[in-house]
Amino acid sequence: MASISSFAMPSEAPTYSFAAAQSASGQPRQHGFYPYTDNGGSTLGISGDSFTILAGDTRSTSGYNINTRYAPKLFKLGGSGPNHEGSKIVLSVVGFAADGNALQERLDTIVKMYKYQHGKDISVHACAQRLSHILYNKRFFPYYVHAILGGIDEEGKGALYSYDPVGSYEREQCRAAGAAASLIMPFLDNQVNLKNQYDPNSGPGLEKVQRVPKPLDRTTVEEIVRDAFTSAVERHIEVGDGLQMMIITKDGIEEVYTPLKQD
Amino acid sequence: MPGFDFSNHNRNIALHARGVPLPKATSTGTTIVGALYNGGVVIAADTRATSGPIVADKNCEKLHYISPQIWCAGAGTAADTEFTTALISSNLELHALSTGRKPRVVTVMTMLKQHLFRYQGHIGAYLVVAGCDPTGSHLFTVHAHGSTDKLPYVTMGSGSLAAMSVFETQWKRDMTRDEAVKLCADAIQAGIFNDLGSGSNVDVCVITPEKTELMRNYITPNQREKKMRDYKFARGTTAVLNEKIITKEEISKYVVVEDVTGEQAVGEKMEVDQ
Amino acid sequence: MNHFPEAWGRPRDDIYGSYNPQFLPNSHAQQSGHPTTHTQSPIVTGTSVIAVKYKDGVVIAADNLASYGSLARFTDVHRLKPFNKKAVVGFGGDVSDMQYLDRLLNSLDVKENYSHGHDDAESDKALMSAKNLHTYLSKVMYKRRSDFNPLWNALLVCGLSEDGTPFLASVDLLGTTFSAPTLATGFGAHLAQPILRRVVPDEAASKALDKEAAVAAVKECMKVLFYRDARSMNEYSIAVVDKSGVDLKQKEKLEGQSWAFAEQIKGYGTQTV
Repeated sequence: MASISSFAMPSEAPTYSFAAAQSASGQPRQHGFYPYTDNGGSTLGISGDSFTILAGDTRSTSGYNINTRYAPKLFKLGGSGPNHEGSKIVLSVVGFAADGNALQERLDTIVKMYKYQHGKDISVHACAQRLSHILYNKRFFPYYVHAILGGIDEEGKGALYSYDPVGSYEREQCRAAGAAASLIMPFLDNQVNLKNQYDPNSGPGLEKVQRVPKPLDRTTVEEIVRDAFTSAVERHIEVGDGLQMMIITKDGIEEVYTPLKQD
Repeated sequence: MPGFDFSNHNRNIALHARGVPLPKATSTGTTIVGALYNGGVVIAADTRATSGPIVADKNCEKLHYISPQIWCAGAGTAADTEFTTALISSNLELHALSTGRKPRVVTVMTMLKQHLFRYQGHIGAYLVVAGCDPTGSHLFTVHAHGSTDKLPYVTMGSGSLAAMSVFETQWKRDMTRDEAVKLCADAIQAGIFNDLGSGSNVDVCVITPEKTELMRNYITPNQREKKMRDYKFARGTTAVLNEKIITKEEISKYVVVEDVTGEQAVGEKMEVDQ
Repeated sequence: MNHFPEAWGRPRDDIYGSYNPQFLPNSHAQQSGHPTTHTQSPIVTGTSVIAVKYKDGVVIAADNLASYGSLARFTDVHRLKPFNKKAVVGFGGDVSDMQYLDRLLNSLDVKENYSHGHDDAESDKALMSAKNLHTYLSKVMYKRRSDFNPLWNALLVCGLSEDGTPFLASVDLLGTTFSAPTLATGFGAHLAQPILRRVVPDEAASKALDKEAAVAAVKECMKVLFYRDARSMNEYSIAVVDKSGVDLKQKEKLEGQSWAFAEQIKGYGTQTV
């Protein structure tokens, strides 16, 4: 009898096996440990001609609770010292915060090791591909995060890469991720890529010409980012408290923090 | 037959079993509170209505009219709180007309609990009932399953614990009107800033034997800041395949056209860019 | 339900037949004849831990109750564990996992003392700070969740960081970490955090707060938690960590409770007597 009794059971009492008991409704049920949670928040990135801007709100949530009003989702990669001086690549992660931190730490170490081993900074292009590999390496126990990587490419142009949790990635002009991605992304499509906007001076009906998107200047992008977040705060309960923005140029990373509504 | 129509029940169970999700109801994942004071009773509510994590209404009204001196704060499924309070309000009016007396708060509480108990919790209305009648000032809570409570200070909704933390630290007996209003407003603000299901503004209602004072948007601590950019589109930005203009005279052949102007034209102004 | 927790939720052999270990992976079947099981739910549990940062240090508190489901099982369980004179850890959740972590931290402290020597001002600088300890614990917790063998706890780590500034951060069974001027786990996250945030809304307010005000706020929260948390008790531990070290009291009683409202309550509805 394969029972667990290392203890003595009363002789007339029934014995028990290991498999989980059937639930009352007849459906098999296992009440187990779920290793993920969603910490809310949103991130967004836009690349310009000579810069890339990454932004994220600083609220961390669990359920209807606010864990903290300040938990950064933007991380500088590489550089020297604990403050990453001289770094020119930024990673933003949103989703399960513990996985986000683990991912950030791994990629940071890799970027630093690259510099020690090769004597030069890693390119964003290489860093982006490496991040994809890290994510795919955990294909069957994924890092539950939407990552966006930003930097300056080898031609000095703004570079932005966005990822799904298992490592599919793409270079893009702009991308929103996280809780309010579905609110922000259509706004970005319209304002950055000028989707659904036609030249008012072009002909009638089918002769209308789509407006052609051109790289935006830095102040315009900063304003679009601010408006995207203040609007997301209005309509998504998990977004708020603070906006952290990192502007990456050839000279380095500039960090800006602005408060958001706390309700 | 009066009452609810259950004819789709079996179909919906079958659909649900095949993985069709249930439609999402707007819920007022809310903070509502009430407190008795010397000479009256105060109830208050936040103004956020949610549908999942999305804010469905930034400035909704959760304080419902029952009778001139009896009001109700509602949490739970928005439709259930609205229809249940409206139903009881109208039955109470008939009751008052038939008895020729002012309605009592216990009557409202009893009608609500009997109605809700009958539906075994399927009507998701969680209510704070408050009012003044010939027997004094009263405050009750009514849960969706039909249970009630009678306490000097009460909170309900997803922000109930945040609000209760304020009551448990600051409530005292024999408060003045102003103290009670401040306490309830503070309790709602604790919900607004600590509970994600609650937000936006504070509505307060003060009921005394003499009069009822509804203070809509008593505190507005979450005003939206001005947008950085202007999002006006030049005329002609949207593609139009063809255009046909129908005049008012033409459409009048089919329907009655009436111009509505002034106050009655808009119930509540929508927030738009200037 | 019988008296053997090991048997709970498992099929009875006389109804379903005994468990057949032949379908188990070889490694398990040959060794023990039964499957590997990990903690799937906590058993004996502690409730909230709450803490506040003030200008010179941190105040942390947790009650002395260990519950077994709804039974108030042990009333003298101390859930604040001082690590060294710079750091204290507060444990919520499973008590056996707390005791495991306490053993782990003790052995870590012993190792640290071997490598860093004496009890003097010089070696104080090399002492493991609360921040270091938090990093260590967060790695332990994240590793265990990644192995699907979680330590069923929510921890608050508080004390001083290397540069002597107050430090307060949290880790839970998933390895999620965050930091704020005020923190609370469990029921305290709902009930105590709003009170603490009113006193200390941000870092600036925390830097202006003195020790007396911080202790008063924490004691007030313990009282409210006792009023409203059905898994709490009126005896608690409270610790203050600052430059002078850890001041831990383990037998504090709640003071100045108010049940004034109770006498005027009559019934729940229409009753008047």
